Amino acid sequence: MQPTMFLRAQLIIVLLMLGSILLSACGGSAPTPTEAPAPTEASAATETPAADPSNEPFVFGMVLVGPINDGGWSQAHYEGALYAEERLPGSKFIYIDKVNPADKPNVQVVQVVDELVAQGAKLIITNSDDFKDGTREAAKAHPDVIFIHASGDDVLTGLAPANLGNVMGKMEYGKMIAGCAAALTTKSGRISYLGPLINDETRRLVNSAFLGARHCWTELRGNDPADLSFEVTWIGFWFNIPGVTLDPTQVANDFINSGTDVIISGIDTTEALIEANKATQAGTPVFALPYDFEGACAQAEAVCLGVPYFHWGPAYLQILTAAKQGTWEPAWQWLDPDWTDINNKDTSAIGFIKGAGLSDEASAQLDEFIAGLADGSISLFTGPLKFQDGTVFLAEGEVATDEQIWYMPQLLEGITGRSQ
Amino acid sequence: MTDNLPTETTPEALPAPPLPRTRMQPAIQLLTSAAIIIGGTLLFTTLVLLASGTAPLEAYRLILSGAFRNPRTIADLIMLTAPLLLCSAGLTLTFSAGLYNLGIEGQIVIGAVLAMVPLRLLPDLPPPVLWLLALSAGASGGMLWALLVGVLRLYTNVSEIFVGLGLNFIAIGITLYLVFGPWKRPGVASMSGTEPLPEALWLPTLEGSRLVPLAPIIALVGISVVWFALTRTHWGLELRATGLNLAAAERLGVPAHARLVQSLAGCGALAGLAGALQILAVYRALIPNISSGIGFLALLVVLLVRFNPVWVGPVAILFASFSIGSIQLPLQLGIDSSIAGVLQGTLVLFALIAQGVQERRR
Repeated sequence: MQPTMFLRAQLIIVLLMLGSILLSACGGSAPTPTEAPAPTEASAATETPAADPSNEPFVFGMVLVGPINDGGWSQAHYEGALYAEERLPGSKFIYIDKVNPADKPNVQVVQVVDELVAQGAKLIITNSDDFKDGTREAAKAHPDVIFIHASGDDVLTGLAPANLGNVMGKMEYGKMIAGCAAALTTKSGRISYLGPLINDETRRLVNSAFLGARHCWTELRGNDPADLSFEVTWIGFWFNIPGVTLDPTQVANDFINSGTDVIISGIDTTEALIEANKATQAGTPVFALPYDFEGACAQAEAVCLGVPYFHWGPAYLQILTAAKQGTWEPAWQWLDPDWTDINNKDTSAIGFIKGAGLSDEASAQLDEFIAGLADGSISLFTGPLKFQDGTVFLAEGEVATDEQIWYMPQLLEGITGRSQ
Repeated sequence: MTDNLPTETTPEALPAPPLPRTRMQPAIQLLTSAAIIIGGTLLFTTLVLLASGTAPLEAYRLILSGAFRNPRTIADLIMLTAPLLLCSAGLTLTFSAGLYNLGIEGQIVIGAVLAMVPLRLLPDLPPPVLWLLALSAGASGGMLWALLVGVLRLYTNVSEIFVGLGLNFIAIGITLYLVFGPWKRPGVASMSGTEPLPEALWLPTLEGSRLVPLAPIIALVGISVVWFALTRTHWGLELRATGLNLAAAERLGVPAHARLVQSLAGCGALAGLAGALQILAVYRALIPNISSGIGFLALLVVLLVRFNPVWVGPVAILFASFSIGSIQLPLQLGIDSSIAGVLQGTLVLFALIAQGVQERRR
């Protein structure tokens, strides 16, 4: 190769690499942080015993898998942390977001935790199922720091060290309500679920959405269950990683092209809603239910049927208060909604906000369904229920225990899509 | 240019005889290059930082010093530098032979995958034997994957760039298949990779640290061997001759094609070794992004030092320190840590520009 050609080729390669870095940096750039930059050398302050500990802020940290403004899972956690910080005097919140192999290669949970601890964090929340090993390893490395692995189950499985707890909201109910809203709206009888990756949590949520949909399809609309198609496609991760996951935009379009008119999203981001909106504007009415974050409908109000979302704030406030007072005990917490008002942001762990796309009639029927869940007259994890392979999950009249629901090994009979 | 302007000439003001080029030229060249590289990089990244509303000085301070704050970050720095150094050593070989081994990422990945095989199949062997097996399997895997590039390049005459990039995709595909298929965790496939290796199989670390002393040792041996082979052996001379002009080298009796393939094999083995270290010393599991972009980072390192094996080490440390230091950015300044990547890429960009400027002057 001629020297100048050699040089030119090198220039092109470097420009391409630089361009892709800049693009990814700008694409997901976080807004200016709401908290002031940490005082420089906070670590020095924590290492020397302070004269008056009551003046020291109680620093808590969070490791987030996605960006804090993803309009989904990570944003809900972030806002939950801000909620707790605001209500707990003397507390100070620090975080690192986008901790995932695409955004931060070469960075592991343990390293990020080290940084937070160096900034003085006494309690650290990690927010992804994928942080399970990393959180456990970090908890062992920092025995005097409290760790909360949201959505995890290390306490349940007995793998957790004494300074590690788990917390999760009973999103099953939120997904049942979402499934019901979908079934009350669909004209074609085809509901599709945009799934992330396959694990206990996601199987549980798909099954819940399906049960809600089937109940409302048959009981409230009086249709034959055989006429309801409920399909799930797993993209492979909680959000799009180009080249690694399926592209959720593409999958949503495949759903729409195959006749789906309601998409329930199980991923952290809002592609389903965006694509439903595009299809609707192009003349094919399609509705969607995003997930995780109460503000998610804002991206396309008209086609949004509603959003099941988490309120992490109350749980975090309770945990942080206990930790600050020194009364925290490790626990596996699976928190119920506040059935008197599932949208009470001070008491309910999960909620459901109706979207503008829901018709008045469907909205009234949905209220009826929610009331049934609240008073216990509707209990969907009650037998007879079978798994996809025909084996019995719950016998006639049998009601599932929390653990049976937490660890469902398969999707339920009636759902199209992979269980494993 | 000024020479051509009409000027009043008195005998005293006659233009001085040109400076002896041979002595001054290299120094001036070096200074101009350094000015272009450092000035250009600072200007560009500062603009990016200002555009994102950040105080540039604070950001630079964090990036430059973040990796050297305490023994823990220094350990992380060493553990990132070791595979980076191995890959940079490998790429020094292929660049010297005039090859763009963009397939290095795939060679790391296949090295990592093959390193997993003995660990999974024979977990009951004594750990030191297993480590040796895993490291050799990794090196052979990377070498085989690189040889594929060489074979396709020689026999089908397809550019090694495209072959390499294609093989990268296949390697990642194989990894994803294994992580989500046959090697998945019991019951649950997870993006966080396969079940972590039993602790007995982890390469020993320094007490209370994540530093695996073996990793930097392997890396230093790797770069030393490459340096020696390139600069002190006849083989290295032939390799460099091939890189300068393949046809001419061949006419002078150098087995140029053999040298091309050998440089690829060497690079692949070093990259595979890096992949095995990612398994044994860093992630302790096979994860989807096991290469973590280290191959491409190594590409930048080697481009910046113009394939000079002596400078690969310091620059690899510098680039790794940017990566480690930048973790501080989101925490302290609320900005994205990918600014480290911008800094690394821009440095190389201006190094190439500086080189282009020098070549044009000649």
